Amino acid sequence: MGKKVDALMGWVDDRFPLTKMWEEHLSRYYAPKNFNFWYFFGSLALLVLVIQIVTGIFLAMFYKPDAALAFQSVEMNIMRDVEWGWLIRYFHSTGASAFFIVVYLHMYRGLIYGSYKKPRELVWILGVMIYLVLMAEGFMGYLLPWGQMSFWGAQVILSLVGAIPFIGEDIGIWVRGDFVIGDATLNRFFSLHIIALPLVLLGLVVAHIIALHEVGSNNPDGVEIKKNKDENGIPKDGIPFHPYYTVKDIVGVVVFLMFFSIVVFFIPEMFGYFLEHANFEPADPLKTPAHIAPVWYFTPFYSILRAVPDKLGGVIAMFGAIAILFVLPWLDRNPVKSIRYRSTMWKVLIALFVVSFLILGYLGMKAPTELYTQIARVCTIYYFAFFLLMPFYTKNEKNKPVPERVTMK
Amino acid sequence: MSAEEVNENKRRFLVAATSVVGAVGAGVVAVPFIKSWMPSAKARAAGAAVIADISKLEDGQMITVEWRGKPIFIVKRNQKNLDDLVQHTDFLADAESNDSAQPEYCKNHARARDKNKSVAVMEGVCTHLGCAPKHLPDLNNNFADSLGESWLGGFFCPCHGSKYDLSGRVYSGMPAPLNLPIPPYSYKSDTLVLVGEDGENV
Repeated sequence: MGKKVDALMGWVDDRFPLTKMWEEHLSRYYAPKNFNFWYFFGSLALLVLVIQIVTGIFLAMFYKPDAALAFQSVEMNIMRDVEWGWLIRYFHSTGASAFFIVVYLHMYRGLIYGSYKKPRELVWILGVMIYLVLMAEGFMGYLLPWGQMSFWGAQVILSLVGAIPFIGEDIGIWVRGDFVIGDATLNRFFSLHIIALPLVLLGLVVAHIIALHEVGSNNPDGVEIKKNKDENGIPKDGIPFHPYYTVKDIVGVVVFLMFFSIVVFFIPEMFGYFLEHANFEPADPLKTPAHIAPVWYFTPFYSILRAVPDKLGGVIAMFGAIAILFVLPWLDRNPVKSIRYRSTMWKVLIALFVVSFLILGYLGMKAPTELYTQIARVCTIYYFAFFLLMPFYTKNEKNKPVPERVTMK
Repeated sequence: MSAEEVNENKRRFLVAATSVVGAVGAGVVAVPFIKSWMPSAKARAAGAAVIADISKLEDGQMITVEWRGKPIFIVKRNQKNLDDLVQHTDFLADAESNDSAQPEYCKNHARARDKNKSVAVMEGVCTHLGCAPKHLPDLNNNFADSLGESWLGGFFCPCHGSKYDLSGRVYSGMPAPLNLPIPPYSYKSDTLVLVGEDGENV
């Protein structure tokens, strides 16, 4: 039996590098042995991607991308008439928020352990591109249920295009395919949401992983394990990804699915944060909801948009806040990667950054008052100062000595 | 064939020429795809003018009609409102409507046609982010706290708190940059407004 399997594998390997790929990316991909809690979120993001694709394929079998039918097809057909349709829908809607939770934690990991630094700049950039596509996916997907918040959220965001001088209005009409958001908009968003963007996303994810496996994984110590190899050329501090980290990640998957299930089965709306209450009313172009707030994962950037007293300036600030992530590898001048061996100042600045990002996220869900707007402005300024001043304050930072080998604390 | 015989210049030219022709072809074939996103013939037809009957519209009242999917506010002001619109302009961002969108015949304090100054027609779309402002002719509503004691009547956008006067002129220091846009409109008779068409040439 074993011989026959070997023979079959040999036959395949002569024609397709199956064993080679398995070894390169799993059984002989040496990852640092000191991965900690923060290293669960990459594989979890992959898991959520699979959940979204599988549930999305099934939802597309019952959903109708038609302004007259869309709301009914979700709230009546999928949620009530289709057998287990509600579960598939809640998997997908919870998956959307879960995706952003794990991605935000994954990005935070990259930030604190300096995983964006040489030689991993492309890994980081591809990651930011994935994040951008994910936001586009989230935005377009949110229009599909065609509820009040779907409609008015899209209205607010698409009207941002109108801020572009001279050609903004025409581009807006082109994107909407009508003078207002309507059937044409819904139909094209559906197509982009289920075909175009997922294709791009998959391509970027593959590129992200290939780039990572080319340079090797970073670790909580920020030490390059490839600098210390044994006589076989294997990093002394490396262990094969499979079985060691596949098994470790399965533990993460189990814990994640536990929380995921709690949300899906008991609080699928997450008190209006994952599925906003106004979205249980069909879209009505003549009636604006009293309070329009985007879904939680957009709110930090929405806050930045509102904090700027000028429309075009607000749009530029909002997109700038994301675009600035692309150049992070070159803003940080400190050669030390991990936060463990960097100055107290850096730790404080990162903590403040997280706090201001969370405050921005919170404020983005609230109606703006005088006080809230002032707080949002302070946080926005801090957000940009954190990045833009980075070349200066990281230049002569007081680092601690970095160990030669990884530590296991 | 030995290496010396290869004409590198010729090769480079042919590769470049083929690439350029290919790129032009790809660019041209992109046109139908990009154009397909423009409003369809049906959507353009749906953008035609609509008629509104204002015979039953009383002072201080507003009706909403739909034109091109946008809510169009048709609001009737009383004489005091019209006087206020002329006198109280110091808190407005664009009192003369110089930067805002309206037909030339509405570029006045009432932002209305000479034929009927008391009735204003405007797009109920906040110039900040496209929400529908609320028509609040007085302080007798839930938003009174946000409006302030000196409220003369006007429009208030609940999304981000922009205030407009009864001519749809935005207050200064608001998130919204401009006055509410005014669509082309005309009177078919004293009580019939045609929204979306200028009627006679201006």
